[in-house]
Amino acid sequence: MNKSLMNAKDAELIVKSSVLKRRRKDKRLKFYGRSTIFIALSFLVFLFYSIFEKGIPGFFQYYVTLDVNLDQKRLDPKGDLSHESLYNGDGRGLVLEALYKVIKPKGRKEKKSAKKIISSNADVRIAKMILNDPSILGKTIPITFAVDDDIDSFLRGYIKRDTPESDRRINDKVINFVDILVKENKVIYKFSDYILTGSASRSPEIAGIKGALIGSILTLVVCFFLSFPLGVATAVYLEGFAPKNKITEIIEININNLAAVPSVVFGILGLAIFIGVFGMPRSIPLIGGMVLAIMTLPTIIISSRAAISAVPPSIKDAAYGVGASKLQTLMHHVIPLAIPGMLTGTIIGMARALGETAPLLMIGMVAFIVDIPNSIQEPATVLPVQIFMWADFAERMFINKTSSATIILLVFLILMNAIAVFLRNKLERRW
Amino acid sequence: MTLIYLILILLFISLCWFYLGNNSAKIIKTKSGRLHSLAHYYGLYVLLYSFLPSFFVFIIISVFDDLLFSFLINDYIPDNIKIEPDYNKTIILAQIQNLIDGINFGNPSDWIILASEKMQEWFKISTISNYCFSILVAIIGGYLGFKNIDQDFRSRNSVEKIVIFLLALSSVIAILTTIGIIFSVIFESLRFFAIIPASEFLFGLTWNPQFEGAERAGSGQEGLASYGSVPLFVGTLLISFIAICIAVPVGLYSAIYLSEYSSKKERSFFKPLLEILAGIPTVVYGFFAALTVAPMLRSGGSLLGLDVASESALAAGFVMGIMIIPFVSSLSDDVINAVPQSLRDAGYALGSTKNEVILKVILPAALPGIIGSIILAVSRAIGETMIVVMAAGLAANLSFNPLDAVTTVTAQIVTILVGDQEFESAKTLSAFALALTLIVITLILNFYALYIVKKYREQYE
Repeated sequence: MNKSLMNAKDAELIVKSSVLKRRRKDKRLKFYGRSTIFIALSFLVFLFYSIFEKGIPGFFQYYVTLDVNLDQKRLDPKGDLSHESLYNGDGRGLVLEALYKVIKPKGRKEKKSAKKIISSNADVRIAKMILNDPSILGKTIPITFAVDDDIDSFLRGYIKRDTPESDRRINDKVINFVDILVKENKVIYKFSDYILTGSASRSPEIAGIKGALIGSILTLVVCFFLSFPLGVATAVYLEGFAPKNKITEIIEININNLAAVPSVVFGILGLAIFIGVFGMPRSIPLIGGMVLAIMTLPTIIISSRAAISAVPPSIKDAAYGVGASKLQTLMHHVIPLAIPGMLTGTIIGMARALGETAPLLMIGMVAFIVDIPNSIQEPATVLPVQIFMWADFAERMFINKTSSATIILLVFLILMNAIAVFLRNKLERRW
Repeated sequence: MTLIYLILILLFISLCWFYLGNNSAKIIKTKSGRLHSLAHYYGLYVLLYSFLPSFFVFIIISVFDDLLFSFLINDYIPDNIKIEPDYNKTIILAQIQNLIDGINFGNPSDWIILASEKMQEWFKISTISNYCFSILVAIIGGYLGFKNIDQDFRSRNSVEKIVIFLLALSSVIAILTTIGIIFSVIFESLRFFAIIPASEFLFGLTWNPQFEGAERAGSGQEGLASYGSVPLFVGTLLISFIAICIAVPVGLYSAIYLSEYSSKKERSFFKPLLEILAGIPTVVYGFFAALTVAPMLRSGGSLLGLDVASESALAAGFVMGIMIIPFVSSLSDDVINAVPQSLRDAGYALGSTKNEVILKVILPAALPGIIGSIILAVSRAIGETMIVVMAAGLAANLSFNPLDAVTTVTAQIVTILVGDQEFESAKTLSAFALALTLIVITLILNFYALYIVKKYREQYE
């Protein structure tokens, strides 16, 4: 090996030039890291933007104000103001007459196309108003009605005027009538009456999320009352009393594995066991809550165990020192200190359960349910499933309503997570 | 709903017993001045003795009366109906139940009316006997507990034994759940493999499940059901692969930046923001994929002269990739952080730049953990359902082209099992076989990932 030594100057030059290169490499890696975070966050922003951009308009819709003559005889044929009588009344006819007064259609054909403008829900709206306040009967008062979803889409500009008539969902006559209504200042754009208080419907202009929201709440309540006590009890047992043997080990492995099972599988469990073996009815929040409880149980157990083991041994030793038994130590000292941590885990688990869709599809909570559920044994649907169903409907207006429902779901999730973060920051003690 | 009142009554009775037990213990204490446990433990002891057995009786009666009645009702179904080929007991039970609820479809036959009257009678009897028995048990149980009270009786020890037993019982629920999953999936899968051979299911190249009726109606090959699951697994792997291609670089570089370059403040700001991505419900991602991403890819593809299906693997995989970024980034970040500082310091002492320390020291040291986090992300991607149902479509194409519509195991499970189904047909059963393979795959991945992470942790701790 006859390698001559490099002289010092050359070596310095080489090192200097390589140091520059190496520093540049370092900067490049830092830049990559920064830009990937930027990319990931811009995905997030893009997701939120695309939902809010469509969802905010979904909270509003177009209404038309008409002076309706609330003729007592036609609205309340039996004259007893009963539900049955009011819903048999000719509310729709009166609404259409009021409409014809403004737009003045000629002939039956024009009248027929004018009928399309007002949502089919108009008579129900009148009946509800009368039930609230019977004194309006017999008067002529201005009432606002939702316009049909096609008209709504036209007013929003989704249905274009210059599309050929045959390709449009509404014909020239209807557009003409709508123009008259706009000119007469009868059309207003305001916060939707239906999105928060309406129930599932095939007509997008009157569809709302109330039923789904109540279904979600009922399901979560069941889920909470099953999973929280069971989860905490299991955690207390495993942390405090479980002997170190094979059975305990099996239970622990089991819990960790349950956390990894895809959520669809829990739906299959619910379908096969609760519905198949026990013969419980489909689509009810009770089963939904049970399935979600099984799904969130591992989350609650794992976080509760972490909370319990985070309580320092000195507290336990102090309790033992004054003669408390093991259970007393746990119940009186350890668990009260661990409660914030347990609740944090539980709320995060509940938030996951609120957004869960797939297992609930399998136990039939995807059914089209118009009635608002009153108990955990009535068929119901939940918010995410409602979003899934609406996303499938073809009407343009449903895209907005779906996005609005998504915003509401996200608001609930953010609220729950905020509560969890608050609990963690304010109530949890650091030892 | 009347059963709720029964629970309240039972609670009330046991509270009365608590009061009695508590008081008599106090009396003993004042009389003799000596008591083994605190007075309220005697109360609790009597309460548990009264409530637990009566609640058990209540559960037994209210769960098993339905089963008993549906068995007894057999006698009221005429024999000529039982032999009919389309005889289905569930439907008949539903008819009877409808009549009890007052829902009528047309004119029910006489025997159904008779059966429903009998049923109603039985339900009345069972409710009454439920009330009688459980209240009786509550009183007797309470009395038996009450009799035990005396000054030497160790009530605290007994109460604690019962409570610990209850705690242990609740931890068994996790096992029961697993057993439930295994049984429900394996039994139905076995029935499926009795109809369709396992080799056809595992290696068949076409997936075309049909109900038997549809099979008969179809003419020629198109109508024939076939249950080859290869296209589903190819679709699942394709979508997961796309997702991983997005999540791994983004997640890994983010983790490196967060753990090595960023300041503490920056880290505590960006890490939770990234984790939001994992908290968004999958149905929202699905909606986003179907509504925004898929049309964008489609128009982008047509600009380049590519034909992108409106429901493409690329759209679903892309959005799924976004979703699992936090799984990679958070876990990798933790793992990188766990690499001992001494290794870094050694690297710096040799004159390395940060970049060199990261690439040549930290990443190799953290590699097992990073791989573990990637495997967990893969297992999550394989089990993900809603995004694929909404964005990838249901066409079981055997295709490796990310621009085609493909379907996945989870999407097929959902479509087969949503809505009414007959449990006998091969189509329904196939969903259980798919679920079985899904569980096996995700569990293997999970075990392996945890094993790697654990093994790695042992090296440094």
